[in-house]
Amino acid sequence: MAKSLVQEFTKGLWKEIPPFRLVLGLCPTLAVTKAVENGVGMGIAFTAVLVGSNILVSLLRNVIPAKVRIACYIIIIATFVTLIDLLMQAYAFPLSQKLGIFIPLIVVNCIVLGRAEAFASKNGVMASTADAFGMGIGYTFALGALAAVRELLGTGSLVGEIPYLFKYSVTNVFGPHFQPFDFMIQAPGAFIGLGLMLCLMNLAAKK
Amino acid sequence: MGDLIILAISCILINNILLAQYLGNCPFLGTSKKMETAVGMAMAVVFVLVMAGAITWIVNTYLLIKYNLIYLQTIAFILVIAALVQFVEMFLKKSIPALYAGLGIFLPLITTNCAVMGVCLINVKEEYTFIEALVTSFAYAVGFGLALVLFAGVRERILLARVPQPLQDTSIALVTAGILSLTFFAFKGMV
Repeated sequence: MAKSLVQEFTKGLWKEIPPFRLVLGLCPTLAVTKAVENGVGMGIAFTAVLVGSNILVSLLRNVIPAKVRIACYIIIIATFVTLIDLLMQAYAFPLSQKLGIFIPLIVVNCIVLGRAEAFASKNGVMASTADAFGMGIGYTFALGALAAVRELLGTGSLVGEIPYLFKYSVTNVFGPHFQPFDFMIQAPGAFIGLGLMLCLMNLAAKK
Repeated sequence: MGDLIILAISCILINNILLAQYLGNCPFLGTSKKMETAVGMAMAVVFVLVMAGAITWIVNTYLLIKYNLIYLQTIAFILVIAALVQFVEMFLKKSIPALYAGLGIFLPLITTNCAVMGVCLINVKEEYTFIEALVTSFAYAVGFGLALVLFAGVRERILLARVPQPLQDTSIALVTAGILSLTFFAFKGMV
């Protein structure tokens, strides 16, 4: 039992890491990765919603009639999203301003609904929790990595703050003569950055 | 009237929902492999988005704001969209079977298309009037269709090209989307 829980947890970290291996949930991946703090903040909000919805769906899996299950899952997810949205407005206001409509849009993030349907509706509470944490942390890590690449190339520095956790400030990584690669922090940079990261993942997986 | 046209053009080209606002990217990549599916998805989105834009505006103004229930916005909107999609599906199946056969499998997918929900949220956030909300919904949907169909055309060509192995499939599609997005940047100075 203990071993399988570990497996459920770790598969989200590499083997099935969300935006790369399962190409789902792309919109927030592209939109909020202008800066590391947005990316990681989004990842944390996403993880909280996913853990909550996975636990509740798993607990209710024998009660929800199969025919209306998708509607039920959506309501459960929307409830948690509202909760997180309000909590962030209360305790992390600047971050919630930066993420804007992408917090309520977690409702339509296919990964959350996908995990509810594919995993939590068939497995126990412990396994579902482990699965949600694994997927959430994998997603946070992926967003953070993509955001770090974009912010570094786009501005030449990494400056920001994850509320209540840590602050960081690394400036002029490439020396004083670096011309910021402005295009990386705009829309095209997001698509191309993610495309090249997928390519690197494929290269790494082949070896 | 002139304002509305400018609004529409800026929604279709400058703030294109797929390439500049990053909404609706899952169906963008998922249904763009073939021209047929891309056209089907584009039509389904235009159809649902205009209706969803109108209904969520009414719900927001006459229910949520009036009774001070703004915190229920996310839940209310997603329920309206899900119910609307279901209703449209049943209606089309019964009364216009030809159109249903065309849109068929794309309709249920729209519930989790963040472009629909996103436009509804943008309409509310920007405090548009009812007419403006209708125009932006339609214009965003047209922009979605335009980008999707253009992209599908490019992707059909890529199938014939020799792509390095690690770059294949989604990876090259994303890079292509990036270049397409770059070309849409050219519209920035228009309005």
